[in-house]
This record gives sequence, C-alpha cells and structure tokens, in this order.
Amino acid sequence: MEPLERYRPVVDDFEAFLEACRRPLGTAVRVNAIKASVDRATATLEEEGVGYEQADWNPRVLRLETDSPGSTWASFHGFTHGQEEVSAVPPVVLDPQPGERVWDACAAPGGKTTQLAALMDDRGTVVGNDSNLGRLSALRFNAERLGATSIVVTNQDARNYSMNPLAFDEFDRALVDAPCSCEGTIRKNPDALDDWSIGHVQSVVGIQKGILRRAIQATREGGAVVYSTCTFAPEENEAVVDYALEREDCRVVPFDLGLMHSPGLTEWEGEEYDSSLEEAARIYPHQNDTGGFFVAKLEVGA
Amino acid sequence: MSDDGADLEQNVGQRFDRLPETSDERTVEGRASREDVVGYFEERFAIPPETFDDHTFWEKGSGKIWVYAGESPSTVELEALGMTCLRTRQEHWKPTTDAIQRFGRHATRNVIELSREEAERFVDGADQDLEWDGDWGYLIAAHQVAGELEPLGVGLYIHGELRSMVPKGRQRDL
Repeated sequence: MEPLERYRPVVDDFEAFLEACRRPLGTAVRVNAIKASVDRATATLEEEGVGYEQADWNPRVLRLETDSPGSTWASFHGFTHGQEEVSAVPPVVLDPQPGERVWDACAAPGGKTTQLAALMDDRGTVVGNDSNLGRLSALRFNAERLGATSIVVTNQDARNYSMNPLAFDEFDRALVDAPCSCEGTIRKNPDALDDWSIGHVQSVVGIQKGILRRAIQATREGGAVVYSTCTFAPEENEAVVDYALEREDCRVVPFDLGLMHSPGLTEWEGEEYDSSLEEAARIYPHQNDTGGFFVAKLEVGA
Repeated sequence: MSDDGADLEQNVGQRFDRLPETSDERTVEGRASREDVVGYFEERFAIPPETFDDHTFWEKGSGKIWVYAGESPSTVELEALGMTCLRTRQEHWKPTTDAIQRFGRHATRNVIELSREEAERFVDGADQDLEWDGDWGYLIAAHQVAGELEPLGVGLYIHGELRSMVPKGRQRDL
C-alpha cells in the first residue's frame, strides 16, 4: 500500500480508503441486454439459487453471492458478463445511442466494448480496437458469447489509428479506457502495486496522451469522448486530459453519476490543471465499496 | 458476370468478402450467397428470413460465414466483423453455438428440448443417448430457463445419440 501514501493529502478519510483497498472485492456481473432483460437475467439467477443485489446506480449491475460467476446458467447463455462494478461506468457516461459510430480505442478484453454494443441495442457500429493481437482473441470470444453483431474488431496502434478499414471517416463517440498503472485494481489483484514506480507511471503517460488526442481528432464536432483509467495517479488522469485540452478543440463537460465520487483535481504537486477538471470524477474504493476509477467526459469542437 | 467458373475470383483466406445476394451474382466459385444462408436457417430451423433483415453476411476463411449488423467496411483488413455464424465447407452446413444462442430463439423446427440434467451434460460437452423422432443432423438443443425455451447450442443427432457441438472454450460444468 506504500505507493498510495502520496494520495493522503487529496483523499477524504484516507484511513477508510486504505482499509477498503486491503479488503478483497466482491463479485459483480453486468446484465447483457442483447440477450436478456434484467428481469429474465435475475429470474434465471433466482431459479438456480444464486443470490444477488442490484446496484442502486445501475439496475444492470448485479453484485452476486457466488465466487464463480462464470459457472451459472445466466453466464452460459450470455445473460450476464463478469465485470467489475466501476468498470461499467465509462460506457454509461459515454451514453452511445443506437445507430451511432463508436470507437473503443483500447478494447480488449471487451467488457466495455460489449457494454457499448448493448447500450446501442446492437445497432450501429462499435469499432473495438486493441494494439495487442493476443488480447483481441478474448475480445472476440466475449463479443460472440454475448451475441454482439455490431462490433468490428481492428488491430492497430490507437495513437495513429487509421480510419481506412472503415466505411466512414469520423466517429460520433469514442471511449479511451487507457492502459494505466492500475492502482485502483488492488482489491482484485493484490500484486497490482508490486511493480509500482513513478517511472512506470511516467512511461504510460505518453501513450495515454497520444491515444486521447487521436480519439478527439477522430470524433466529429459535437461528439463525445470519455477518458477513463483504473488508477488514482493525477499524472495519468487530470494531467492527460489537461494536455489534450491545450492541444485539441474540446472541453470538459459535466455528467450525472449515481455513484459516490470526488471531483477531479485542479492541482497536484505544483502543477495546475484547467479548472474544468473539477467536472471529472474520482471514484475511491471506500465510497461505494468498489474498485478505484477516474472518468472524464469531453465534448469535441465546442 | 458469367457463372461458368472460368473468370471466377478466388476466396482469400484472411480477407472479409461480403456474400453476394444470390448465386447468380457470385464471383467466387462455391461461395454461399445471402439467399443460401438465410434459406438454410429457414429451411433447417424455420427461423424467419426477416430475422436477418438488419444484418449482412461475410466470408473470411474457406466457407466460414460471419453475420454483422454495423456499417460495411471500406477495406477488408479486419480482425473480426460481427460473429461467426455458419460453416459451409462440408456437405452439411454447421451453425455455430454463438449464432444459435443469438438467433435460435426464433427457431420452431429441429429444436430438441432437454431436461435440466440433459442440458447440464450437453454444456459439459457430453454425448448422450436420447429419443428424437425428427430429422437427423444438426439440431438446436434448448431448455427451459425462467419460463421460456432458451437455445443452448448445436447438437449433432445421429443413430439415437445427441452429440454436443459446444466448443471446448464454451463448455461449462454446471
């Protein structure tokens, strides 16, 4: 937990934060609306004796009373998909509509990509891209298991993504769920902080900036871009968005989130960020008994 | 274009090509047409053709057919387009488990209803002796879930035995 000490000045009730980070995470699944309504999915779980609790902020997120959410009929039929509760936040914030063109820049293993397709009623085009070919097989497996037919899968470096393979030249919306130092996943993966160093943080920042800039460029005027990470480091969150604000035509916009959260930071270790970054959300593990997350929403060209 | 085979193009293994509407319009020898694919699902499983009105069909690899709902790509260098739905390489076409789970609810023919115990064995990949007085060949195996019949996947019925076609990676010990 040592690397988390530097957040003591910015986290409310820091001891509760540390305590939550030490507790293992419960099991959550997302109801896949492509294959089942929430009622049908929960009836299936009830029929097989699996207890669940619906999340207040999103009826499609269920906290399950089982350690093996993949060994249920609901899972076999693709009615549910194992996905951490906070991980379901960015697609909801992006709010894609049926028929739109949506880019998931860092898509594998596909939990959020399939969630985007489901939010669009599997109508429109979701481009799921990942630079790692090996991880794409997981994305394809999940997309097929969940019955998503609106997903195109590409294998490119998102920083200089080419629209050539597609039938159109700009997206309505883009999700950048960036590769990050993963501090917020400590409850799921107790080794997450073992290799932590400020050098590692700085090494991913360049990639994050490149992908976010490309996502803004590839999105139409008036379209939306959501930037998210599962880490607390301001260098990877507010600083990345601030960098994009200075170089691309976009602005931070507010969004409603039914989960407890803290505002984005406007200064960190002597650096100042644009005041609009207060509209971003920092979700800490002790606030909703979840993992940690950062989410910011941008409007392009406005 | 003539259909005598002389000037037909080749199937390219790593490229997605959209299926022609009908076999008269095909330019690759032996390639299934959309009409063939939709007709197969209608004839074999009585899945209404309009089920696929919002989808296009593509081939990548020999005889492997994909079903896709989004906008058509401008080039064909993609890793995946929608989901694989049908293998047309062999004499008897074979639908995929995932496509049957997605579209098989509309089927009313060649659907074999399994008990809960039979369904458990089926998704675990086991073959089982079962009574069935309908056609032999690929069937949709289904069971009752929360008050409705729900497709599990594809089984091959032959000589009094239902063989599970659920791929290894999709099998579950429930």
